[in-house]
Amino acid sequence: MWAFIHKLGSPKWFYGISAKLQPWFWVAAALLIVTGSLWGLAFAPADYQQGNSFRIIYVHVPAAFLAQSIFIAMAVSGLVFMVWKIKVADMAAAVMAPLGAAMTFVALFSGAVWGVPTWGTWWMWDARLTSMLILLFLYLGVIALRGAFTSRDSASRAASVLAMVGVINIPIIKYSVNWWYTLHQPASFTLTSRPAMPTEMWLPLVMMVLGFYSFFIALTLMRTRSEILRREANKRWVQDLVKDQVEEAR
Amino acid sequence: MSLCLQARQLACERDDRWLFQGLDLDIRSGEIVRIEGPNGSGKTSLLKILSGQLSDYQGELFWNGAAMKDVREHFLANLLYLGHAPGIKTGLSPLENLAWYQALSGTSSNDKDSEEQCLDALESVGLAGFEEVPAGQLSAGQQRRVALARLKLTPRALWVLDEPFTAIDRHGVAALEKQLVDHAKAGGCVLVTTHHALTASPLLRHIALG
Amino acid sequence: MHSSLHSSSQQGPSEQGSSHRSDISQQISAVPLREYKGGLLIAVKATLVRDLTLLLRRRGEVLNPLVFFALVITLFPIAISPDPELLAVIAPGLLWVAALLAALLSLDSLFRSDYDDGSLEQLLLAPQPLAALSLAKVAVHWLLTGLPLALMAPILGIMLALPAGSYGVLALSLALGTASLSLIGAIGAALTVGLARGGVLLSLLVLPLYIPVLIFGAGAVQAAILGDGVGAHLAILGALLAASLMLAPWAIAASLRISING
Repeated sequence: MWAFIHKLGSPKWFYGISAKLQPWFWVAAALLIVTGSLWGLAFAPADYQQGNSFRIIYVHVPAAFLAQSIFIAMAVSGLVFMVWKIKVADMAAAVMAPLGAAMTFVALFSGAVWGVPTWGTWWMWDARLTSMLILLFLYLGVIALRGAFTSRDSASRAASVLAMVGVINIPIIKYSVNWWYTLHQPASFTLTSRPAMPTEMWLPLVMMVLGFYSFFIALTLMRTRSEILRREANKRWVQDLVKDQVEEAR
Repeated sequence: MSLCLQARQLACERDDRWLFQGLDLDIRSGEIVRIEGPNGSGKTSLLKILSGQLSDYQGELFWNGAAMKDVREHFLANLLYLGHAPGIKTGLSPLENLAWYQALSGTSSNDKDSEEQCLDALESVGLAGFEEVPAGQLSAGQQRRVALARLKLTPRALWVLDEPFTAIDRHGVAALEKQLVDHAKAGGCVLVTTHHALTASPLLRHIALG
Repeated sequence: MHSSLHSSSQQGPSEQGSSHRSDISQQISAVPLREYKGGLLIAVKATLVRDLTLLLRRRGEVLNPLVFFALVITLFPIAISPDPELLAVIAPGLLWVAALLAALLSLDSLFRSDYDDGSLEQLLLAPQPLAALSLAKVAVHWLLTGLPLALMAPILGIMLALPAGSYGVLALSLALGTASLSLIGAIGAALTVGLARGGVLLSLLVLPLYIPVLIFGAGAVQAAILGDGVGAHLAILGALLAASLMLAPWAIAASLRISING
């Protein structure tokens, strides 16, 4: 167990294994997203209530799922970094934060666009959208805190602590926002809590969700790899690697 | 009963730069150890690591033969650290400042005895008559002396002093130097960084960084 | 590892120390090694007294958040409308938001002066658990910020035509809620204390975490106005406080250790 964790923690080992894993996730992401969006946008039946505008669900829901999952992944990486001092975990957390913020923004934007045909306005203080907005602020806080420190070690640990504090608060925030919303708008129409969808509608949705996750994993692997090279630039193995590649290119 | 603080293969990396690597240290009763090196060579970082403030290092620390993380409380109960900043609240009088430090070491500040001890300690650093003056009205050197009064007030075996001579006048420097030697002679141990030239003593030894 | 330790301790510079070790061994009792005796209560009490004394000597720092609270409340009728009926509707939210911002304003100084003058280092090196000592500092912050804000809020409530019957709930919800705000905010203050310009960043970190407290705090006052039971709201505020009390001190302690590393 211990040996495995430390092996996983070695940037060099991670750099090697991620090179092997990465293509699979890219292929899976491409296949799932292309099939899912074609099916969802062109072939799935229109919604009996919302017509074709419901199809934005195929972007909104996967983005919203990912926005929350990335925060959890970031906090778990932070915990791993703090407890076992594994630097790769922190590098992954560092590259996940902007990605999570981007996904949160996509979820918010698609929600706003969806609001136009549904509510007739770009913004409603809907429980889901409000929680998503707060999540965006949490992401921005983590990113800003990491950027504010001059020492990278301190920045990493501060961002880890904040991510963990945030992840404890996310369920509390979600619960209280839901409670607040039901109190103020007792009987209104929410975007995605609706009667059961027919299979032709939700199957492409599942594909899109899985596709988004694969995309996230592939992108995180890729960006963690470049982060490793950046941070370990003065290490022997990176310099050897560069030398080899330069020779190959000749 | 003797004390020893040991470091094995100590290394500290700050933002891709090794401050020091593979450092082995044995610091024992009766020694004054002076850490030397140019600015930026990691003297303060080393003192912070050895006083248990920085956890960001590689290698191992032992306190009386036991791994530091297992005996941290015992170690801290025997450590007196004075950093760059004196740790004196300008809004409080020297007496109130010392009372807080006394309480942190587990002595109630309500005792008549403990106030007596604070007064004694202040007198020993030449601050008799300044007990009730707000520390903000004291000079930098006098504030430093308030901090140094803790050496007498809360007796600890291990002193870790980062530039303790800063802002102290010549007379005070001589007195402090004597205090360090006396402490070592009594079986205590002192870790110090200073740009000031210390008088040679059989108890004194040097560790060079950088 | 341990066996090699003793052999290696004989090498190197420590040898010159060993020559005099025999003749000092009799005197060693002059500086006995101490056992950690606890004394947590003494240390916590001394820290409470110290911080209270310090803040009471700088009254401005205690008064500023209160004046800020009153000022912000003055801005709303001017910006929106002096109509009492309209103000009565929005008063619970306004009072809560303004009090929350006032509490936030004072957070930056919570650890700042200790950091600057080096006493934070000393606090970290005390043998007592740092979480308990920082809890004492947070308690002082609440006593001199949150509690006065809660006591002052009903007066501002009158000025905003807050309906009768909700004044007690307003003060109580603020007293309970600001305690959680101080605890959560202290995490942010501890994370940013080492940064030269941490003030705005502190608000960015802390405000999203304040939202649950705001929802149930303002909700309690609204429920009181509507004549609904406020028990649930206050119970949840209490639960949030209990959770913050349990978790925040550890996060504050960890954050302080990070900040002291620079």
